[in-house]
Amino acid sequence: MKQALKPAAAAELVPDGAVVMIGGFMGVGSPHRIIDALVARGARDLTVIANDTARPGHGIGKLVSAGAVKRLVTSHIGLNPETQAGMISGGIDVELVPQGTLVERIRAGGVGLGGVLTATGLGTEVEDGKQIVEVRGKRFLLEEPLHADVALICAQRADYLGNLEYSLTAHNFNPIMAMAADTVIAEAHVIVPLGVIPPDAVKTPGALVDHVLERAS
Amino acid sequence: MDAKHLIARRVARELEPGMLVNLGIGLPSLVATYVPAEMGIYFQAENGVIGLGARPPEGMEDPDLTDAGGGFVTAVPGAASIDSAMSFGLIRGGHLDVTVLGGLQVDMKGHLANWKVPGRMVPGMGGAMDLVSGARQVIVAMQHAARGSSKIVRECTLPLTAMRRVDVVVTELAVLHPREDGLHLSERAPGVSLDQILSATEADLIVPETLPEMALG
Repeated sequence: MKQALKPAAAAELVPDGAVVMIGGFMGVGSPHRIIDALVARGARDLTVIANDTARPGHGIGKLVSAGAVKRLVTSHIGLNPETQAGMISGGIDVELVPQGTLVERIRAGGVGLGGVLTATGLGTEVEDGKQIVEVRGKRFLLEEPLHADVALICAQRADYLGNLEYSLTAHNFNPIMAMAADTVIAEAHVIVPLGVIPPDAVKTPGALVDHVLERAS
Repeated sequence: MDAKHLIARRVARELEPGMLVNLGIGLPSLVATYVPAEMGIYFQAENGVIGLGARPPEGMEDPDLTDAGGGFVTAVPGAASIDSAMSFGLIRGGHLDVTVLGGLQVDMKGHLANWKVPGRMVPGMGGAMDLVSGARQVIVAMQHAARGSSKIVRECTLPLTAMRRVDVVVTELAVLHPREDGLHLSERAPGVSLDQILSATEADLIVPETLPEMALG
């Protein structure tokens, strides 16, 4: 059984300077209440690993607006002009990673693999400084695993053990990030008793989840 | 018909029954408008759905169901929701029949640049590099020129999306097929002359003896 964690307590588990993975795709499937608590805490110098930074004032965009992000590993910032301005001015150190490579680097970090070999990015700027590995006559880039201090993820339903079920396009990076951090905090739209989520519907087993955020008021 | 709808309508003719297709945001997303439901084509959105449907009625949106641009969508009967690792596994693993993307430049080698204008616009590559590397067929749907200058260039001056040669380029003036020996002009848009195409194009084109008009169906 997990103890229900208050948002402010969740924010305390993400210290300034931490490396933090945050689920979501343009804010869909992002842990919005934990993000709000991080902003309220005045978090600083975070390294954020996330697909995108949504829009200013929305989802992960709130952390950018609040000046909480020092470094960002992401695939797309096109819909957040504040992140783009931060990248161009140098205020935020942004590493752009192809989306499929980003998710596999996170997966590698979570499942104990030493890296990913992918053809994505060959012959482009993404190749710069990376090792090229030839396997059966085909060339691949070696992409290194990603790991975080804390993963903040969002699910449709959680049970008391932290078993998680996701909805539609709100899966995105969440089930993958739940494997790739020292501490995993899950925010769910609904919390249900044990047995309500059928075993076949559990995409993230509770064994991976350290804390479940208390229900929304 | 305006340029974007002409392009979308012509691209739709490239699709065959039963295909799995990814449409980029913006112009490429218009292609779905011209694909009859009875063709049994399933559209994938890389944020995690196969079987993307039309926009839901106002006030009936599901906040957990969007396309890759963050716009609200529906899912058709037979749809499947997947996480980002599965989504890009499909793309990178050659299970996606067609990707339709927008472009900033395409050159005589068939190389595409569509993710960055250094110093001015840095949206990030999102899923574009994986899509161009991994899809079985790559279709570029874009206007022939931007700000008066040709987007069909001798050699891309913007950062490349991939080294892979794209298969088809559709603009409001022409259909082009990049091949080993260069850029073949295959069709002209209704009412457009060969001279108009050549004068609007920076790249050298390989021109057939007779140039058919685009069939729009």
